[in-house]
Amino acid sequence: MRDELLAILEKNSRIDFKELAVLLGVTEEQVLEEISKLEKENIICAYHTLINWEKTDIEKVTALIEVKVTPQRGQGFDHIAERIYNYPEVKSVYLISGGYDLLVTLEEKSLKEIAAFVSDKLSTLDSVLSTATHFILKKYKDHGTLINKTSKDEREVITP
Amino acid sequence: MRNFLSDKVTGLKPSGIRKFFDIVSEMQDAISLGVGEPDFDTPWFIRDEGIYSLERGRTFYTSNSGLKALRQEIENYIQRTQGISYDSNNEIIVTVGGSEAIDIGLRAVINPGDEVIIPQPSYVSYEPCAILADAVPVIINLKAENEFRLKPQELLSAITDKTKVLVLPYPNNPTGAIMEREDLEEIAKIVKDKDILVMSDEIYSALTYKDKHISIASLDGMKERTILINGFSKAYAMTGWRLGYACGPKDIIAQMTKIHQFAIMCAPTNSQYAAVEALKKGDEEVEKMRQSYNQRRRYLLNQFKEMNLECFEPYGAFYVFPCIKEFNMTSEEFATKLLMEEKVAVVPGTAFGDCGEGYLRISYAYSIDNLKIAMERIKNFVNKLRNNL
Repeated sequence: MRDELLAILEKNSRIDFKELAVLLGVTEEQVLEEISKLEKENIICAYHTLINWEKTDIEKVTALIEVKVTPQRGQGFDHIAERIYNYPEVKSVYLISGGYDLLVTLEEKSLKEIAAFVSDKLSTLDSVLSTATHFILKKYKDHGTLINKTSKDEREVITP
Repeated sequence: MRNFLSDKVTGLKPSGIRKFFDIVSEMQDAISLGVGEPDFDTPWFIRDEGIYSLERGRTFYTSNSGLKALRQEIENYIQRTQGISYDSNNEIIVTVGGSEAIDIGLRAVINPGDEVIIPQPSYVSYEPCAILADAVPVIINLKAENEFRLKPQELLSAITDKTKVLVLPYPNNPTGAIMEREDLEEIAKIVKDKDILVMSDEIYSALTYKDKHISIASLDGMKERTILINGFSKAYAMTGWRLGYACGPKDIIAQMTKIHQFAIMCAPTNSQYAAVEALKKGDEEVEKMRQSYNQRRRYLLNQFKEMNLECFEPYGAFYVFPCIKEFNMTSEEFATKLLMEEKVAVVPGTAFGDCGEGYLRISYAYSIDNLKIAMERIKNFVNKLRNNL
């Protein structure tokens, strides 16, 4: 049940226990128990909402920043990652294989604020060697969901 | 001017679903639960392979029986899912959908007057194909109390000296019924005893919700007397690609290939290349889709339970087949009224044989959100009917 439950919740975290129980063919109690286990084990970390900010009046600029760092003795990349992820404007931090080390997603109200963050806070960290900032121009697909797509059933209405 | 039409063809009943189709197409915000095909798009990696094959200029005929690579993958697939060994060189033919395989399969084996046993409710084309092949269709009316499985006694009483073929349509459209090993073993025993050929239409084999599907051809002594039909439409959501196949004894496949060669040449080349990829890498995607169907199936069954509408639990395909006999209406009346009053289109059970009277075919090849709206409307409708009674 666990895999199937996670697959459903990943797509729709608002689904209620009753419906989950029906879809999975188990009791509501079993669903409840499994979900609280998943939360306790920190397998389910949070429940988020995917928002298309472009359609709101709220200004948001998102940047992906490639960061090259010097790992620190005894702590590897974890320490510097922590220094970076503690900033609330940082939305995600990934350790990456390949040409650079950390991929940082940053969300701000304007380009200027992103520039300020990179030059004042990020680049000045001791172990940061270099940064490359990419601005996101348009989101097509996020978390497996197509942004701005209204799906239409193109099948014939009745088929044998 | 003379009447140019063939008596045999004009005598065929047109498919029972056409009437609804015309009404629904015109109706604003109607919800259709009448579709017999997956709501998923063909998985992208399969489409991508189709596109690639066009880019590479693979736009020629293939051999009559289909691409060697595809037949090889079909051989592997049947081997790993059913444990049956077919020789891709002469025991497999790639067809234009499972439908063509039904047609040419019957034509390859029928002599005028041979009887073909067709359990109903079942897919609409067995009976007309049998008639077109000059066979005499013999209908078995399956029963809800047997969960629409074919019972040995039913088969025995339909068999005569002229019986040649038994059509075995499981997992079943429209009932969602399946046949389990014990059911098949009893049927196989009779079939061998009476020396009958089985045409096993297993197009929904990947979509079962109890145990894995078992083909009758995998039972002892059955491979040599079974034409196994399957295809890509349902499992891989590839209905529009028109691709199916038949596996069977090489002398039958050879005759089928002859008809196919003269009528069709070969199945669409582009689809065949895409299908190779589907069989090679598709298992995971099929499983994901199966899981979604299963969730919707449970959802619908639960809804009908809450409505107190009688419905046996189907373990295959993507249909439920609820009973509406309590309302004292024919299936067609019920379906028409439901469409007119609540704008939900379902298919009357009678479209799949007279014994479908009193039942509806409801497809769950729709998103849960869609199904929710439709079930709300059906609930309304059922309540209205019950309160007027």
